[in-house]
Amino acid sequence: MDALATLPLDPQALRADFPILSTTIHDNVPLVYLDSAATTQRPRQVIAAIVDTYERHYANVHRGIHWLSDQSTDLFEEARESVRAFINAPAREEVIFTHGTTESINLVARSWGDANVRTGDEIIATVMEHHSNLVPWQQLAERSGAVLRHIPIDDNGELILDEFDKLLSERTRLVAVSAVSNVLGTINPIEEIVRRAHAAGALVLVDAAQSAAHMPTDVQRWNADFVAISGHKMLAPTGVGVLWSRRELLDAMPPFLGGGSMIRRVKLDSFEPADLPAKFEAGTPPIVPAIGLGAAIDYINAIGLEKIHAYEQILTRRAHDVLADVGGVKIFGPPLENKAGIVSFTVEGVHAHDVAQLLDRQGIAVRAGHHCTMPLHKRLGVTATARVSFYFYNTLDEIDLLGRALADAKGVFRRRKA
Amino acid sequence: MPADEEEIYQEHILDHYEDPYHRGHCARPSHAHEDDNPLCGDEVRIELDVDPAGQIREAYFSGDGCCISQAAASMIVEHVEGKDVDFIKQFTAEEMLKLFGARLTPNRQKCCLLSWKVLQSAIFSPLVEADDSGNGQSGTRPAGPNLSEET
Repeated sequence: MDALATLPLDPQALRADFPILSTTIHDNVPLVYLDSAATTQRPRQVIAAIVDTYERHYANVHRGIHWLSDQSTDLFEEARESVRAFINAPAREEVIFTHGTTESINLVARSWGDANVRTGDEIIATVMEHHSNLVPWQQLAERSGAVLRHIPIDDNGELILDEFDKLLSERTRLVAVSAVSNVLGTINPIEEIVRRAHAAGALVLVDAAQSAAHMPTDVQRWNADFVAISGHKMLAPTGVGVLWSRRELLDAMPPFLGGGSMIRRVKLDSFEPADLPAKFEAGTPPIVPAIGLGAAIDYINAIGLEKIHAYEQILTRRAHDVLADVGGVKIFGPPLENKAGIVSFTVEGVHAHDVAQLLDRQGIAVRAGHHCTMPLHKRLGVTATARVSFYFYNTLDEIDLLGRALADAKGVFRRRKA
Repeated sequence: MPADEEEIYQEHILDHYEDPYHRGHCARPSHAHEDDNPLCGDEVRIELDVDPAGQIREAYFSGDGCCISQAAASMIVEHVEGKDVDFIKQFTAEEMLKLFGARLTPNRQKCCLLSWKVLQSAIFSPLVEADDSGNGQSGTRPAGPNLSEET
């Protein structure tokens, strides 16, 4: 109980802001939501911002010469400023609203990639990448004739930087790496990776989908060239993401999608692109999701990312202890000090889908499968894992419950093996 | 606990999962097919020994995956042994779900129907005799790609 007194934040007080967390399922079992790496839940403050926008401020942005459009535009641009401050970007124009991390990465692969990557060039990703930071580079390699290489991991699930050095050469154009692995929870050394990549003359794209809501993002300290972020993994609605890049890179890149908003003027046979950030925001943008993202950032800032990270480490430590007590559980990923609030594991004799199905009966929502990382699972030598992932609204009690439920799940099968 | 018909982990199913019928390989397979559910990683291979009259002399399965996928494979090879190829052709997905016994959500129906799909393909996948010196499984190779090397 001493530990409770010294927790960096009060999860019970924060839980009160999340209506969905008081849900009961399956005949009155309380919901235990341990799937925040897939998508977080939303606090009522974010939901209220969405409702308020639709009820009082909604119109298209940057278009109407009318009061309502000005209202909507102001809120949308305030959200952009919130994102800028949240990631410590030098300029608001460098913050591009997309429809998600996947679109952000595809924007870079299509726009920067097609303009800059040639036959014989090399792109380096890692074996732990989510398919969204792998397939766009495979597609770019196929279009351009470039070669895609991958930084391997060691048995702890950490990138082998010596091998990275061997892959880097004057042919390397881009390094694509996630800040945090969505399976292993590994916190990658982004600053160090950027330093080595830049020394070789390569640019770096950071997939920050799994880190942005859980630890500070400072694009200037990282010194990265592209950073992609997802709204729905940080309390905001689906359908909004962010791409940040340096102004000189964005200015030199051709537009990605063509359409309204992204033009300065259009003739029948040609167009002039608009200035940043509109150049990369073709069509009506995700207005309300972006405003929701602004509200989500306000909510996260009020708690503090350092506290969130510290608390998640406490949850992760408890999860490691509890899973070890169950017995026959293999945890993948690095030691605790280098691990975010994501724990993937297998249970001896119980397939990951059966783990998830049996946990669901006790109200516990976890992910099972390959978590959009088929090559990583091949490297780990398993076809599927179960994954629990945390946010500040999870509690130590929930993790203890996970341990008891897992022991029960094992019992369903073990009793018959005798 | 869920109602009986919704209980996936009921005796009958656990029996097939933990003490499966004919998990392994036919001594002399004439037909075989394998497939996986890439989304969840379930894998099933079915080998058949079909006599010239079209009767299934022996059926075996192998694979890896969740309780549902593996129990369903055990059930289906037991169900079709001794039957003929026409019986398999007429054996519908709906009948497979009924044979399985527990009511499944659409997502988990895919786990159950993997072996049904593999069986339907197996009857159209005769094995090519690689050479006549080998005995048993090593002497025969599937005509199609061997997916097990990918896993």
